[in-house]
Amino acid sequence: MADLVNALLVIVLVLNLFALGTSRIIRVIRTVAVQGALLGLLPLLVHEHITLSVIMVSAAAIALKGIAIPAIMIHALRDVRIKREVEPLISLLTSIILGALASAAALLFAGRLPLASQHAGTLLVPAAIANVIVGFIFLTTRFKALSQVVGYLVVENGIFTFGMLLIEAMPLIVEMGVLLDLFVGIFVTCIIVNRINRAFSSTDTRLLVALKG
Amino acid sequence: MTRILIQLALLLGMPPLLLGVINKTKAWFAGRVGPPLLQPYFDMLKLLRKGMVLSQTTTWVFRAGPVVTLASVGLAGLLIPIGRWAAPVAFAGDMILFAYLLGLARFFTTAAALDTGSAFEGMGAAREVTFSCLSEPALFFALLVLARLSGSTTLSEMLKGPAGGFPALATAPLVLIALGLFIVLLAESCRIPVDDPNTHLELTMIHEVMVLDHSGPLLGVILYSAALKLFILGAILLHVVAPFQTGAPWLDGGLFVLEMLGLAAVVGVVESVMARLALRQVPHLLIGAMISCGFGLLLLLR
Repeated sequence: MADLVNALLVIVLVLNLFALGTSRIIRVIRTVAVQGALLGLLPLLVHEHITLSVIMVSAAAIALKGIAIPAIMIHALRDVRIKREVEPLISLLTSIILGALASAAALLFAGRLPLASQHAGTLLVPAAIANVIVGFIFLTTRFKALSQVVGYLVVENGIFTFGMLLIEAMPLIVEMGVLLDLFVGIFVTCIIVNRINRAFSSTDTRLLVALKG
Repeated sequence: MTRILIQLALLLGMPPLLLGVINKTKAWFAGRVGPPLLQPYFDMLKLLRKGMVLSQTTTWVFRAGPVVTLASVGLAGLLIPIGRWAAPVAFAGDMILFAYLLGLARFFTTAAALDTGSAFEGMGAAREVTFSCLSEPALFFALLVLARLSGSTTLSEMLKGPAGGFPALATAPLVLIALGLFIVLLAESCRIPVDDPNTHLELTMIHEVMVLDHSGPLLGVILYSAALKLFILGAILLHVVAPFQTGAPWLDGGLFVLEMLGLAAVVGVVESVMARLALRQVPHLLIGAMISCGFGLLLLLR
């Protein structure tokens, strides 16, 4: 199983870089959707015994992160009529390179950690750290509200990956709670994006500092 | 002896068929009938029978370009094991020779382009060299991963993998270098999304613009070496993505031919569903390939 998990996680890491390198927001959303769906398969692979709860976590993750959330975001994107992240703080190429450096650093760092023996061979920990860092790169360098939502989604993907380490100890309800929080958070943000756009005719988050009560 | 003859026949005879399969796939996607599968062979034979126009400003470099290119790409092909058969030529460290034979071919193509003194061809040559700066490290990273996995620097053994198949630990690096190698394959053989082999707009093309002044047999040789390069890089990629073997040499040979045609069809699908990238975005793609292969190496070394 370890080799399948690793292959999956490597694809996830490559999708990160791909998401960092594209300027079309719709394509970034789709990439992260594919990433979420792939990560949704992880519980099935990591577990030794496939029980009903594992299947439920997996199905819920795929349905939410692979289908529902992207659908809401694409809907919001259509309403605000923007196509690309026009002026990110740093160029796309620089952010790809940053993302690659972050992933490499995560790999090297995770190699130094004293992990439990059953996790030492897999890439779960480095992939989780790399995803969180890449999510933060999104959050700090992109200014469109929807790109920031994508950033949160990538961070959550990292946390989800990390949760795979604890899946035997953690009850199902926690995982479900996290997914529900994420879903509601993004649902609300997408509505807010729509409102921001209607009020200011722009979804640039930098303008929000000028809000007055 | 028969083994080497079959291998040579595959190496020299099959490449234009790949172009035919790619064109047929594209035509199928576009809802056309498309040219017959063997059209590239007809085109090349036609070109070989034609006369040649040589500009007066050109020197021997112009004529040597295609010939040296064909010779070095052909020689590089001899270093690659085709299917399950070992390569006809193999020695320790031949992966370096392989990479630089492709480099020599590129050098002579660009030198021939510069020799014409045309501004357009100079532009194409500059682009070709710039992009190869990025695709060559990717190729080297991929070869290093394979060398590390198999513990050998001979292409034949590297591509065959260690006895009993690749270890489970190797899956992740192999996925990464397969991805990188596929992008290198598209870039080196000038396919979409890096370059469009059908375009004839000098401002945007890369490879086609360098061969604008070549005609007749020389152009035929250039087309043939491009197809040969596609075949060779495809053979390397197939060793990474599809290391199946049945044991019976004939069955393996047939399997290889099928896999190769499948790869050509995949290239055709990629060309049909993607647009050519803007020139300034091509480096992003190639850097992506480089990062992907470098990552594979890092995973292995950590």
